Amino acid sequence: MAGKLMNAWAAAGEKPDILYWVGCAVALDDRAQRIARAFTKLLDAAGVRWGVLGTDESCTGDPAKRAGNDFLFQLLAHQNIQTLNAYEVKEIVTTCPHCFNTLKNEYPQLGGTYIVWHHTQYLYKLVKEGKLRLPDTANGEAVVFHDPCYLGRGNGEYEAPRVLLRKAQLHLQEAPRSRDFSLCCGAGGGQMFKEPEPGRKDINIERTEELLALAPKRIAVGCPFCMTMLTDGVKHAGQQKEVRVQDVAEILAERLGLV
Amino acid sequence: MNWIPQIAFILVLGTALAIFIYHVRLLRRTILLGREAPLPGTSAQRWRQMLEIAILQGRMKDRPAASIAHWVIYVGFLVINIEVVEILLDGLLGTHRILAPYIGILYNIMTTGVEIFLGLVFVAAVIFLWRRNILKLPRFHTAEMRGWPPLDANIILWTEIALVVALFFMNASDQVLQQRRVEPYIQAGTFPLSQWAVPLLSGLSDDALILIERFSWWAHIIGILAFLNYIPFSKHLHIFLSFPNTYYAPITPPAQQDSLPQVTSVVRETLGLPVSGQGDGTEAPSVLGAKDVTELTWKNLLDAYTCTECGRCTSVCPAHITGKKLSPRKIMMDTRDRLEEIKRTIHQKGKWEPDGKSLLGDYITPEELWACTTCGACVRACPVLINPVSIIQQLRQYLVMEASQAPETINVLFVNMENNGSPWALPSEKRLQWMENIIT
Ligand code: SF4
Ligand code: SF4
Repeated sequence: MAGKLMNAWAAAGEKPDILYWVGCAVALDDRAQRIARAFTKLLDAAGVRWGVLGTDESCTGDPAKRAGNDFLFQLLAHQNIQTLNAYEVKEIVTTCPHCFNTLKNEYPQLGGTYIVWHHTQYLYKLVKEGKLRLPDTANGEAVVFHDPCYLGRGNGEYEAPRVLLRKAQLHLQEAPRSRDFSLCCGAGGGQMFKEPEPGRKDINIERTEELLALAPKRIAVGCPFCMTMLTDGVKHAGQQKEVRVQDVAEILAERLGLV
Repeated sequence: MNWIPQIAFILVLGTALAIFIYHVRLLRRTILLGREAPLPGTSAQRWRQMLEIAILQGRMKDRPAASIAHWVIYVGFLVINIEVVEILLDGLLGTHRILAPYIGILYNIMTTGVEIFLGLVFVAAVIFLWRRNILKLPRFHTAEMRGWPPLDANIILWTEIALVVALFFMNASDQVLQQRRVEPYIQAGTFPLSQWAVPLLSGLSDDALILIERFSWWAHIIGILAFLNYIPFSKHLHIFLSFPNTYYAPITPPAQQDSLPQVTSVVRETLGLPVSGQGDGTEAPSVLGAKDVTELTWKNLLDAYTCTECGRCTSVCPAHITGKKLSPRKIMMDTRDRLEEIKRTIHQKGKWEPDGKSLLGDYITPEELWACTTCGACVRACPVLINPVSIIQQLRQYLVMEASQAPETINVLFVNMENNGSPWALPSEKRLQWMENIIT
């Protein structure tokens, strides 16, 4: 196993290949924690030496920023940058598109410049380099990928998660609203932490209905918030037995028999 | 030669241009009331963006039917304006079809092109009227599309139809007069479309034909000049403003939201970090976020004047789709309405004096702002690179950092983030939980 806490790497006088920035939702939500387990198993399988901050990691500040509190955002951002720079971190991979966007695009202005990957991008890189081998046995289960706003539209990455799912021999379907015209799960911009405004319907229900209409076996996500929203949507439709909502990393780890 | 028409023409043209220039300058002054905006990227990247999105209409094609009709009107506008150049020269110099003797065969090509587009523009305008008024596409009939906005759209389309009809009759009567060799109707041009109207007109006297020809000529040019002066008050401004707007639109990733520099200095000071830059603490304290349009950036204001009210943004907005009050188009229209109010004050009083009203509160409600998921679908959908989320975010910043009016649960979020470094009130040791049996 090649994963350690950053202070353990430092104590050993070594540096990992990459820092895995877990993100609050993945680290703290009981369901989403399985994403971190699956992802790090994939890193291990590819022989990557990775580090995590553990209790030194805190929120990137993204929810505060989107909710209009730039003070709180910048306070957390500066503290995180101090931590990251103290460990001389150069490269970061994260399982949350919101952390990804913030670390990649918004930290440089505040003195934190790193190479930042979304975990699907990093896994795709490992596959291309031949470090991570995906199963060649056919599975053919129908899967639909729900684009996270902050990865797709926000940062232009549509291919990496799709290529991974196809390479894992699943049958990839496309929702009517997909890629740059994908429909939000309803969690972004602080919505995750408040009641929705009055309306006809909840956004996650609207989105889940669209995805379920394709009759997939699995709904693949690349964001812990999308996971919560769509899992609720699937439950609302009473289809939690038939349809699984899973992160791309979980699907890959499962296909490789790692979990 | 009778010089009265020439003098009349010069007066009409001069007056129309003077009024237009006055309103363009007023518009510019109003837009520049906005705050400065950073401009990352190189000018080469910006020219490219303008070429792709404005000149080549790269995003119109997301809706193919509208795209085709729009291309026809766009190219038609350019082609028919070649004819307008000749009309201007003839009007100023008292000539008739002045270009014909000089450009030879090109003249026939020009008149043929103009005639083809007269027909195509007519059809496209009728299609647009039909989509809007009979087909009733939902995106043209949301709450903010009552009263002036649909009227504006219809005025534009009917004016376009009137202008092409005027040119059609001008050319048709001209041809009969050419056949009869009436002075000064020289043999010039080919008219594949209006030739079909020649038999209809051939029973008329020379005088009646000259009257039709002159009336159409004047109607066309006066129509164009009137339309020109209508544009600054209409959503049709996009025919000019799409170009600067796509040039100045950010080239950074759409999800990137810059940090407020005033906040950076304060935060760095709080943390005991060196405060970089020129910040010597003497800058005037500025409002955090925006309450009124004057606190938005000038690019936000240019966005508002560029908006064509097409509603593509609103039709893809998850909040709108699920029945929330938020409509990104309304955000843009409200911003513009507020700007128009300010513009009228500048016009009347010579300068802007605060009137106690503001964009936030009098036009846009917190309920709309808090419904946004910042998903960016509106930004992606806009054919002219308008960013409604940028305005939403700045108004939220004002609500939170200046007015302390966040929803209760959002305040809980802030407290948790401050105390626990996470959105939830959970101890940071929980961050080690998933690592059991994974990390030794
Ligand atoms: S960013 Fe906000 S306003 Fe724009 S489409 Fe998404 S929810 Fe609607
Ligand atoms: S903001 Fe853009 S997409 Fe929305 S109505 Fe205006 S022009 Fe259309």
